[in-house]
Amino acid sequence: MSTQNEELEMFRDTVVRFFKDNVEPHYEQWEKDGIYPKDLYLQMGEAGLLCVDMPEEYGGIGAPFAFSCVVVEEAARMGYLALASNLTVHSDIAAPYILHLGTEAQKQKYLPKMATGECIGAIGMTEPGAGSDLQGMKTSATADGDDYIINGSKTFITNGQHAGVVVLATKTDPKAGAKGTTLFTVDTSLPGFKRGRNLEKAGLHSADTSELFFDNLRISRDEILGRVGGGFGHLIDELPRERLVLAVSAVAHAQGALEKTIDYVTERKAFGQPIASFQNTRFVLATCKTDIEVHRAFVEKCTQQYADNTLDVPTAAMIKLATTEMEGRVTDACLQLFGGYGYMTEYPISRYWADARIQRIYGGTSEIMKEVIARSLVGR
Amino acid sequence: MTAADPQMSDSMAAELADWRDTILRFLADEVEPHYEQWERDGIVPKSLYRKMGDAGLLCVDAPEAYGGSEAPLEFSFAIAEEAARLGYMSLVTNVMMHSDIVVPYITHLGTEAQKQKYLPRMISGEWFGALAMTEPGTGSDLQAIKTTALPDGDGYRLNGSKTFITNGQNADVVIVAAKTDPSGGAKGTTLFLVDTNLPGFKRGRNLEKVGMHAADTSELFFDDVRLGHDAVLGRLGGGFGHLIDELPRERLMLAVAAVAHAEGALERTIAYVTERKAFGQPVASFQNTRFELARIKTEIEVTRAFYEKCCRLYAEGRLDVPTAAMIKLATSDMEGRVVDACLQLFGGYGYMTEYPISRYWADARVQRIYGGTNEIMKEVIARSLVGR
Ligand SMILES: Cc1cc2nc3c(=O)[nH]c(=O)nc-3n(C[C@H](O)[C@H](O)[C@H](O)COP(=O)(O)OP(=O)(O)OC[C@H]3O[C@@H](n4cnc5c(N)ncnc54)[C@H](O)[C@@H]3O)c2cc1C
Ligand SMILES: Cc1cc2nc3c(=O)[nH]c(=O)nc-3n(C[C@H](O)[C@H](O)[C@H](O)COP(=O)(O)OP(=O)(O)OC[C@H]3O[C@@H](n4cnc5c(N)ncnc54)[C@H](O)[C@@H]3O)c2cc1C
Repeated sequence: MSTQNEELEMFRDTVVRFFKDNVEPHYEQWEKDGIYPKDLYLQMGEAGLLCVDMPEEYGGIGAPFAFSCVVVEEAARMGYLALASNLTVHSDIAAPYILHLGTEAQKQKYLPKMATGECIGAIGMTEPGAGSDLQGMKTSATADGDDYIINGSKTFITNGQHAGVVVLATKTDPKAGAKGTTLFTVDTSLPGFKRGRNLEKAGLHSADTSELFFDNLRISRDEILGRVGGGFGHLIDELPRERLVLAVSAVAHAQGALEKTIDYVTERKAFGQPIASFQNTRFVLATCKTDIEVHRAFVEKCTQQYADNTLDVPTAAMIKLATTEMEGRVTDACLQLFGGYGYMTEYPISRYWADARIQRIYGGTSEIMKEVIARSLVGR
Repeated sequence: MTAADPQMSDSMAAELADWRDTILRFLADEVEPHYEQWERDGIVPKSLYRKMGDAGLLCVDAPEAYGGSEAPLEFSFAIAEEAARLGYMSLVTNVMMHSDIVVPYITHLGTEAQKQKYLPRMISGEWFGALAMTEPGTGSDLQAIKTTALPDGDGYRLNGSKTFITNGQNADVVIVAAKTDPSGGAKGTTLFLVDTNLPGFKRGRNLEKVGMHAADTSELFFDDVRLGHDAVLGRLGGGFGHLIDELPRERLMLAVAAVAHAEGALERTIAYVTERKAFGQPVASFQNTRFELARIKTEIEVTRAFYEKCCRLYAEGRLDVPTAAMIKLATSDMEGRVVDACLQLFGGYGYMTEYPISRYWADARVQRIYGGTNEIMKEVIARSLVGR
C-alpha cells in the first residue's frame, strides 16, 4: 500500500509537471480558441497520461484506477476543468466502455490508438430533444443486410470536434423502448458522419462540446458495442465510474479554487490589513475547507467501493450530487473573496466559478441524481 | 410590475405605461438585433447612446433647464427595469452609470457653469459619463486611494490610475476621486470632472470579464493631467462626503436592476419549462420544477416589496445609509440565487451562450461585488447595529 502511495505521488508529480510545461503556457489561448490542439493528446499519450488503467496489451500501463483519477484530479485542481472533462470522457468513459464491452477486434482497433492519443473518444447519448430522458432518443440504427444504417443527431458531445471514435447510443428497435437501444463504436472517418458546431458556452470554453450528425451512415455489425438491445443496461453499468470521476474532479476543483483564494486573501490588503484577517474571510475559508474535506472523505469511500465492485447506483448518484453542489458553493464563495478581480478573466478564479457551473448539469443533472436516490428510498 | 407608489395618480400610471412601451420598442428595434454582437465586441457602440438621447431615454429625471424632462424617478427606473428584465445587463450598468449616477452628481454638486457645460450634452448622449473611484490597489477601502491632484499654479495636476471603470472606453467625462491632501485622510479627497480629451489622460485595457461583456469596464491612467479650479466638483476636500451622499441612490438603482433581472430570468424559465419535455411531459410538470419556480417567485416578491418601500423612502428623502446597504445586499443575493436556479432548469441548454439565461447567470454575479461588495454592505449594516 505504501509503495503504491509513493508511486501514486510520483505519478502525480509527473502529471503536474506535464501540465505546467505543456498546458499552462497555452491554456488561456485555448480557452479563447474554444478548443485545444489535437497534438496535446499525442503529447499526453507519449507521456503515458491517457487511459492509464487500461491493460498493457491494449497500450495502457495497467495502473490502478487511482492513477487515472490523478490525471483528472490535477487538471481540475489547476483550473483546467475543460481539459479534465475532455480527459474524463476519453480515458474514463469512452475507453472503459470499449474495454468492458468490446469484442477483441474492437479493442484492438481502438484502444491502443486511444492510449497514444491518435484516436480521441467521445460518448454520444444526448440529443437536442432528449437529455435527462435518454429513452426519448431518436437516432436510429436500422439493419440492412450485414450492416446498419444510422440516422439522427446528437448534441453537447464532449470531444465532438476531435473525436476519432464515438460510442454512440442508437435505437435499433424504436418500438421496444429501453430494450431497443444499442451502442455502436462509430469511426468518425465513415461517410455520413458530420460534425456540427462547436458550441459556445458560459464556461468550459476549451472543451469542444459539439453537435454531431449521422446521415445514412453505413456501419458494419462488427461495430456493435455489447449486446443488441442491451444499450441501456450497458449505460447503467458504466454510470458509477463516470459519476465517481466527476466527483473526483469536483473535489479537486474546489480544492484548487480554495488554494488560489488563500494565496490571494493573504496578499491583498484592504483597510490596511490583509483580507485574510477579516473574520468573515476566515470563516468563509473555514467553511469551504470543511465542505471540501467532508466531501473528499465521501469520494475516498466511494473510490474504495468502486475498487471493491460495491459502488451501487444510488451511492454513485449521491457522490455526484453532493460533490458538484459543494463545488458550486465553494467556487462562488471563493470568487467573492477576490472582489472585482474575481470577475476578470485574467484571474483564474473567474474560470473556476464559470466552469464549475456545468458540473451540476452534465453526467446527469442534480435533479436526476435526486430522482435516482429517491427511487432507492421510496420506489417510483 | 412597477416601482410605483400606491398613491400614484391614474394619469401618471398611464403615462408610465406608455413610457414602458416606448422603452420596450426602443430596445426591440435598437438593441435586440445587435446585443449579441456587442457582447462579442466587448463594448456598445457610442452611436447607441446618441440614439437613446434622441429618443429621450437618457437622464430623464434631469432638470428641464438643461434639456432633461424632470420626470419622476420611476421613469428613470423603468429604463433600467425593462433593459434588465430583457437581459441587457451590460447596457443597464452603462446607462445607469451615466444617467443615474454621473449626471445626478453633476446636478447635485456642480456649479452653474459645470451644469451648462455638461448636462445638455450628456442628456443628448453626445457626451457619456463615468465615475472613477476604484484603483488597482484599493476598492472597498476608498480612503486608501493613491491618485493625487496636487495644487499647481492656478489649478491641479492629476496623477495616478483607476481600474474597473464602467464606460471607461466610451466616456467623454469622468468624475475622478483624487487626493488633494494626501495627509488629510478622508478629508483630503476631492472629486474632479475630467474631460477625456485632456492631455495626459489615457485609457487602458477594456478588461475581459466572466460576464457583462458589453460593458466597457476599463483601466484609466492620468499622467500629469492639468485641471483648472473649475474642474473641482463639489467641495474641495469634500469628496468622501459627496460619495456617501450619493450612495443611497446608487444602491437603490442596483436593486432595481437586480429585481427586474431576476424577474426576467424567471419569465424566460417559465417559458422554457412549459415548452421543454422530458419523460413525455413538460419539465414544468415535475414537482421539483414547480416548487423551484414557486420559491423563486416568492423570493422575488418579498424582495420587490422591500425595494418598493425603499423607493418611497428615497422619494421622501428618508432612505438612510444602512437601509440602502440592506437593499443592495438583499436584492443582489436574491438575484444570484434566482438566476442560478433558473439556469439549472434549462439543463445543458442553460450553459449555452445562445440561450440568454446563461447570460443572466454570468451577468448577475458581479452585482454582489460592485457598488460596494456585499461584505461591505454587511459592515455598514452591522455598524448601524453595534457600532464599529
Ligand atoms: C458542456 C457539456 C458537455 C456534455 N457532454 C456530453 C457528452 O459528452 N455526451 C452526452 O451524451 N451528453 C453530454 N452532455 C449532455 C448532458 O448530459 C445533458 O445536458 C444533461 O443530461 C441534461 O439533459 P438536457 O440538457 O436535455 O436537459 P433536460 O433533460 O431537458 O432537463 C431540463 C431540466 O429539467 C430537469 N428534469 C428533467 N427530468 C426531470 C425529472 N424527472 N424530475 C425533475 N426534474 C427533471 C433537469 O434536471 C433540468 O433541470 C453535455 C452537456 C454539456 C452542457
Ligand atoms: C464590472 C465592474 C464594474 C465596476 N465599475 C466601477 C466603476 O464604474 N467605478 C468604480 O470606481 N469602481 C467600479 N468597480 C469596482 C468595484 O466597485 C470594486 O471592485 C469593489 O468595490 C470591490 O473592490 P475590490 O475589487 O478592490 O475588492 P477588495 O476591496 O480588494 O475586496 C476583496 C474582498 O475582501 C472583502 N473585504 C474588503 N474589506 C472587508 C472588510 N472590512 N471586512 C470583510 N471583508 C472585506 C471584499 O468584500 C471582497 O470579498 C467595478 C467593478 C466591476 C467588477
